[in-house]
Amino acid sequence: MSTGATGLLIPGVPLLLGLVGLLLPAGDREPRRTAAALGIFGAAASLFVTLLLLLFAHKPLEFSQHWVSFGSIDITYGFSAGVAALYIAIAVGVVALFVQIYSVAYLNDDPRYAPYAAQVSLFTGAMLLVVTSSDLIGVLIGWEVMGACSYLLIGHDRRLPEAPAAAVKAFLVTRVGDVGFLLGVALLIIDAGTSRISVLLTEPPHTAALLLILAGVAGKSAQFPLHTWLPDAMAGPTPISALIHAATMVAAGVYVVFRLYPLYEQSPTALAVLGVAAAITILLGALSATSQDDMKRVLAWSTVSQIGYMTGALAVGSPAAALFHLLTHAAFKALLFLAAGAVIHTVGTNYLSRMGGLRRSMPVTFWSFVIGLGALAGVPPLAGFWSKENVLTAAAHATESGGGPAPIWVGWVVWLSALFAVSITAWYATRLLLRAFFGVSRAGPEWEIGFDDARYHRPAKPHDPPGLMRWPILLLTIPAALLGFAAYAPGFRTALELDQPHLDVAIVLPLVLLAAGAGAAWWLWTAVPGVDPALALGPARRVFEHGFYLDNLQDRLVVRPVRALGNLITATDEHVVDAAVEGSGTTTSGLGGLLNAAHRIALPGAALVLFAGALVLGAIAVGVST
Amino acid sequence: MTGLLIAALVVPALGALVVALLPNASDRGARIVATVFAAINLLVVLPLGLDRGHGRFWTETDHSWVPALNIEFHLGVDGVSYPLIVLTALLTLLCCAYTVWNVPEGGSGRTLAALLLVLEVGILGTFLALDLVLFFLFFEVVLLPMYAVIAGWGGEDRRPAARKFVLYTLFGSVLLLLGVLTVTVAAGTGDMGELAGGNGLSRSTQYAAFALFAVAFAVKAPLWPLHTWLPDAHTQAPTVGSVILAGVLLKMGTYGLIRIGVGVTPLGAHWAAPVLGILAAAAILAGALICLRQTELKRLIAYSSVGHMGFVLLGIATLTVTGLQAALLGNIAHGLITGLLFFLAGALKDRAHTGNLADLGGLRETAPRLAGLLGFAAIASLGLPGLAGFWGEAFAVVGSVERGGGLWTTLGVLAAVGGALTAAYFLRLLRKVSHGPAGPVVLKLSPAIAGPEWTAWAPLVVLVLAVGLVPALVLAATADPMQALTGVLR
Repeated sequence: MSTGATGLLIPGVPLLLGLVGLLLPAGDREPRRTAAALGIFGAAASLFVTLLLLLFAHKPLEFSQHWVSFGSIDITYGFSAGVAALYIAIAVGVVALFVQIYSVAYLNDDPRYAPYAAQVSLFTGAMLLVVTSSDLIGVLIGWEVMGACSYLLIGHDRRLPEAPAAAVKAFLVTRVGDVGFLLGVALLIIDAGTSRISVLLTEPPHTAALLLILAGVAGKSAQFPLHTWLPDAMAGPTPISALIHAATMVAAGVYVVFRLYPLYEQSPTALAVLGVAAAITILLGALSATSQDDMKRVLAWSTVSQIGYMTGALAVGSPAAALFHLLTHAAFKALLFLAAGAVIHTVGTNYLSRMGGLRRSMPVTFWSFVIGLGALAGVPPLAGFWSKENVLTAAAHATESGGGPAPIWVGWVVWLSALFAVSITAWYATRLLLRAFFGVSRAGPEWEIGFDDARYHRPAKPHDPPGLMRWPILLLTIPAALLGFAAYAPGFRTALELDQPHLDVAIVLPLVLLAAGAGAAWWLWTAVPGVDPALALGPARRVFEHGFYLDNLQDRLVVRPVRALGNLITATDEHVVDAAVEGSGTTTSGLGGLLNAAHRIALPGAALVLFAGALVLGAIAVGVST
Repeated sequence: MTGLLIAALVVPALGALVVALLPNASDRGARIVATVFAAINLLVVLPLGLDRGHGRFWTETDHSWVPALNIEFHLGVDGVSYPLIVLTALLTLLCCAYTVWNVPEGGSGRTLAALLLVLEVGILGTFLALDLVLFFLFFEVVLLPMYAVIAGWGGEDRRPAARKFVLYTLFGSVLLLLGVLTVTVAAGTGDMGELAGGNGLSRSTQYAAFALFAVAFAVKAPLWPLHTWLPDAHTQAPTVGSVILAGVLLKMGTYGLIRIGVGVTPLGAHWAAPVLGILAAAAILAGALICLRQTELKRLIAYSSVGHMGFVLLGIATLTVTGLQAALLGNIAHGLITGLLFFLAGALKDRAHTGNLADLGGLRETAPRLAGLLGFAAIASLGLPGLAGFWGEAFAVVGSVERGGGLWTTLGVLAAVGGALTAAYFLRLLRKVSHGPAGPVVLKLSPAIAGPEWTAWAPLVVLVLAVGLVPALVLAATADPMQALTGVLR
């Protein structure tokens, strides 16, 4: 087996073990252990193979085999990865492994743990397929399997009335984007006659196809206007949120643009569209995060915003900065979600308004949050600082003429919104930290409502989580804090084609904005202790809290019209199309009835008709003979 | 090998006869005998794929039958018909096996099993026939047994549904007969081999004949707006009837359209393709939108067939190799997936005694396995890549875009939108049936899945995954015949 073929194991093992895991019988003890073992082994094995390839194989790796042909279009399957792809695969593997370990404790008395663990495996395998497939159809398969798994996992919790709706929304909104993705893929592979990516990249760019693919990217990576599913997806168990937000699903869109970047680079139109969507998303996500009361929703909106930074970096011509931010974001967002899970697990609520004062009782979780939020806000020297600095530098660079493949105005739009969002991010990160961990406890007896996905066992007093949950959190603090220094490692930098970090005067502006945002939140908090700083936003608070009411807009413009159309078509089908068919039947039998009745008229009438008939026939006979 | 062609028709016919003649007392024994015959027949048809000779057909047998009218007993198998033949034999076997365990109310089980075998004769004959008149005869053989199955063992409103089915499809058959006569009279032969590519048929004859064929097959497939017999028939038919109906009977329409419509009257197909394409896209969208508003499980699945067959017909209408291959694959995938869906819907209705979606919520709480299987089938049916349903639908879109031009690109876009709507209604179905709190009906139903049920479902589950991962299982030998079909048009 060639080295490239070995790479097929990276997505293959978790996918296969996930399928096997789905077959496990329901039950509590034995199947649980087997399921946990399958899940953890799948992620670990794939991580191990990735590490082996990264350390020992000659890169880039490429392996491709013919799969099937439709007409003149050849579909292949295979593995292809450079060092950058392997880095992403490692991030996926690490997060998936930690999520699996963490879930063993987090879902410790959930009877449906076995299918859950199997679905996490499938999810991981699907993401790894997107990352390592050498063929666009393979990417599409991983892409959609991820959508299906997200659906299953978000809908996992039976006690949440909102979970099924959130799950459907997640699958459906991304699927709407995938209409574009499929059409874009179709255009690309028809042009090239194959779906093998290495061949596709040598074709001239097809702007329509690239734009269509961006629709799919917007769906998966929660970019405006298809971001609406992500905040609702918080109904899923918290480890799933970590998985979706950190390394899989939302990262997939960014990665696909990176994978096809040689084409995007040549299409300023596509980059401009991407840039505008990114700028809107950055601000939309950050502003919406400022007023959420649900801790997970703050983090969800922050993901929307941070993914905007990545697509923004892609739009201004710096895929390296996008990937770097993707990696650091994977680390600190996984950390934040797993730590948030620890909080929710112990206090039994997601609402910041019912937390407070947790610093003393949960020191480990508190410090993990400090590191995670610091990295999110971009506090030096934590990981997020370096990658965000990279994105900002790239955007600033693109504002100069000849600075990048995208039009200059795109550079400006991305740079300004990214800069502005730095202070907003600092503001909401500070608010989250203060509301949850400082002040006095606002715990009350009325905790029974809301997202309670982890309320399996509520202890009397908040405490740090058990070992299986604590260790993944602790280990994730390391990359969340230090991954940024990788930018100084030459090997890492060449792999991503990253620029050397230059700590010049340009970093002053973001740092000032950061301090201003964090300081404002801090000042509001100390001015009126115990009161939500978000109240200072005034009437804007409600708008932000509801994500600018875009959900309602989507409901008005898409959901309801489709429903109405469904009603209309159904009615037409029953009352017009089918009625015509039934009508032809009743008309026929009606006519038959008439004729039948005509045959049964009384004798005088019948005699009359008979004579009349004879007369007519006679007349015709006479007419014919003469 | 030629013996096998004859045997494929004789074995089920003999089986039906034996089962019908067995004494009334051993009803269960008769059903087992029927299953054995169905199993033997699967073993008979499977080896047909072993010897893939170099001619146009892998295996064929040609006997003069009614020389005065130039009618031949000409049977053959190639890459186009082989997957459908195997699917037919497989589904008949699964249905017979299922009948051993569970006989729907309404009549004796052995009569039902015998009718299933008669159906198999008709369907296999249709897929094997290489003479137009012979094709027509087998096409008709299917009609009455299916009528009997629906009217005898169906649901509450079975009689009107069965009557509608038989009258509507009979109307299609009349047109088919006219088309067959038009072609055979004009060309002096009904042999599909000789007629290939419209050989010996003038342009106007091809136009007229194709119009007749198209309507006839469109009724069978069915193509919107000629579909209204389908929801009633599927909903009222017993489980095995629905499985056969959706699994293979509809495919007679699409197969006929490819083999005869495109094969014998290519100019006509080329001429009418835009209309077919538009109707196919309309079927996809209308089917999906109607499914969004359905409240009954089997009716929803029935309407979903309209949308799925729309994808198959769109693939055919593109008249590209890509589209035609997608159609062949879509045929098989739909047979497997919808067969499975109807099995599951039947199992659910048997347990809950209702198909009303509103009453079925919370299935995963009480019957996780059943809910899991339903979820699998639904996700397969919405075309998840990696499962069987994906290839046919995605590449019907690709074929349509490949054909190019404003019309076909628009149709491709509409079909892709229809794909998203398909996801919408299947997710709605799962949300209503699988999720949520369990209602009184669901709390009472027994979650255990019987051994015979596993026997009937497991092959379908495995094949859905297998065809999804290895589409070449179906497509392996279809490239050349499809090249030949479309080559005529260039």
